[in-house]
Amino acid sequence: MALLNYERKYRIRGGTLVGGDLFDFWVGPFYVGFFGVTTAFFAALGTALIFFGASQGDTWNPWLISIDPPDVSYGLALAPMMEGGLWQIITFCAIGAFGSWILREVEISRKLGMGFHVPFAFSFAVLAYVTLVVIRPVLMGAWGHGFPYGIMSHLDWVSNTGYMYGNFHYNPAHMIAITFFFTTTLALAMHGGLVLSATNPGKGKEVKTPEHENAFFRDFIGYSIGTLGIHRLGLFLALSAGFWSAVCIVISGPFYEGSWITWWDGWKNLPIWHMGDV
Amino acid sequence: MADYQNIFTQIQVRGHVDHGVPLGPDNEDRYKITSFSHLFGRLGDAQIGPVYLGWTGLASLICGFFAIEIIGLNMMASVNWNPIEFVGTLPWLTLNPPGPEHGLSFFVPLQEGGWWLLAGFFLTASILLWWVRSYRRALALGLGTHICWAFAAAIWLYLVCGFIRPVMMGSWSEAVPFGIFTHLDWTNNFSLMYGNLFYNPFHMLSIVFLYGSALLFAMHGATILAVGRYGGEREIEQIYDRGTASERAALFWRWTMGFNASMESIHRWAWWFAILCPITGGIGILLTGTVVDNWFLWGLDNGFAAF
Repeated sequence: MALLNYERKYRIRGGTLVGGDLFDFWVGPFYVGFFGVTTAFFAALGTALIFFGASQGDTWNPWLISIDPPDVSYGLALAPMMEGGLWQIITFCAIGAFGSWILREVEISRKLGMGFHVPFAFSFAVLAYVTLVVIRPVLMGAWGHGFPYGIMSHLDWVSNTGYMYGNFHYNPAHMIAITFFFTTTLALAMHGGLVLSATNPGKGKEVKTPEHENAFFRDFIGYSIGTLGIHRLGLFLALSAGFWSAVCIVISGPFYEGSWITWWDGWKNLPIWHMGDV
Repeated sequence: MADYQNIFTQIQVRGHVDHGVPLGPDNEDRYKITSFSHLFGRLGDAQIGPVYLGWTGLASLICGFFAIEIIGLNMMASVNWNPIEFVGTLPWLTLNPPGPEHGLSFFVPLQEGGWWLLAGFFLTASILLWWVRSYRRALALGLGTHICWAFAAAIWLYLVCGFIRPVMMGSWSEAVPFGIFTHLDWTNNFSLMYGNLFYNPFHMLSIVFLYGSALLFAMHGATILAVGRYGGEREIEQIYDRGTASERAALFWRWTMGFNASMESIHRWAWWFAILCPITGGIGILLTGTVVDNWFLWGLDNGFAAF
């Protein structure tokens, strides 16, 4: 049994949302619960279908295997299995598994007497995925606008989709998303580094305190957000990165069809810059 | 269900200003410019300042000021010193590196990229001085130097883009322009010119660590907030004397995904993911055009690309 030495006293019944005590048990280190069963069902079925799809393709090269969405001509209809139907069922399974995983996290949070920050945070990642494979395709009227499930094929999709809108770097929501991603990484380096530097000050030196952490950041940049605040800031930055990523793709196509480069002509043409013109 | 969810600080307790851990005799005095911000206190610590300047901080700020002045005044000159046009066209304005005809010369006429060399010199000096400052401030407080080495990883990527790769390619013209849209164009053209950067394995790794960092910070930040009612944010204390906050945080992930970090090791994961993003990214850029001319064709040769 993979039981940590302090784990037994936490393994108590209760906290489930569905199914009462019926699924309230563990398998090895994993908590099961009703949503563990549904996660396992969707994940197993989806993964099996990916392997089945790969077996019907022309390569077993893991970089090149791809399960493609239906052709745009199918619109929002169900497609034949080998022409995108697999992609549709796999997408359904993925959303079922991700949704189950969120609710399983809720049950575990309740069982441990914790807040719901983790399932809330994970919802943003699921939202970004659903935006790509459901919301945007539905808004554009065809499942064919979803991205293919393959390592290189999804990269090609990102590249091609970006150039369909001129240059994606000019997409203002893309700019915001990237800024949040970079800022999150910066903040993570600073937080991880600060805690490690206080607890690993070097051989023979005494471990430092949060007062030292505060003093370092105040000395260094004039402000220390504190031990609690950094986790709020980090969570906010990370979720904003995911949120604005979803925004930058959902506006491309459904709400704006031209080139993002020319979108900025609107800025250049703002009347305020031309008030002095004769 | 109507539990307190630890999103904002609801009641702010305000005591005296914390002037910070005393510094040793080799240090200057801190600037005791302090204030409190209620808004900051909602999210984190309300206190602003004090700050330590020191000669590396001062020199860094002066160099940074020169760099920004050179860039800004060049942009200003490009719109005939018209302030309205400056703001109106700011995203398009740029200070470009010297053309390829100048190679790696340090003696480039100012209007043909000389200003870019000067701005780059001052910006680099400013950043390196700020690094020295991060190192000296850590030592002055008896802390480890983990933040300094993470900062060094970011500087590595900056130097690859603006200095090391241009030197290896034999021309300053390879470097990144100072400009909002022009640096984005540089990034885009860089990918197009070398056969799609998505096929560059180090670019793949860099993105994995970038997204991985966002994932880790979401997981870690959310976990600590979720065990906030047990004092989870007292991480140093929890590392050396594990309490119920650590235990619940660890068990949450063990029960969710079958694996958990410890209160200390999560910060090692965090640090490594964050620094590997610019380290692998820098390697990927340095190899582009120097070792590999077309990443798509390189992918074909190595069996991960196909027509």
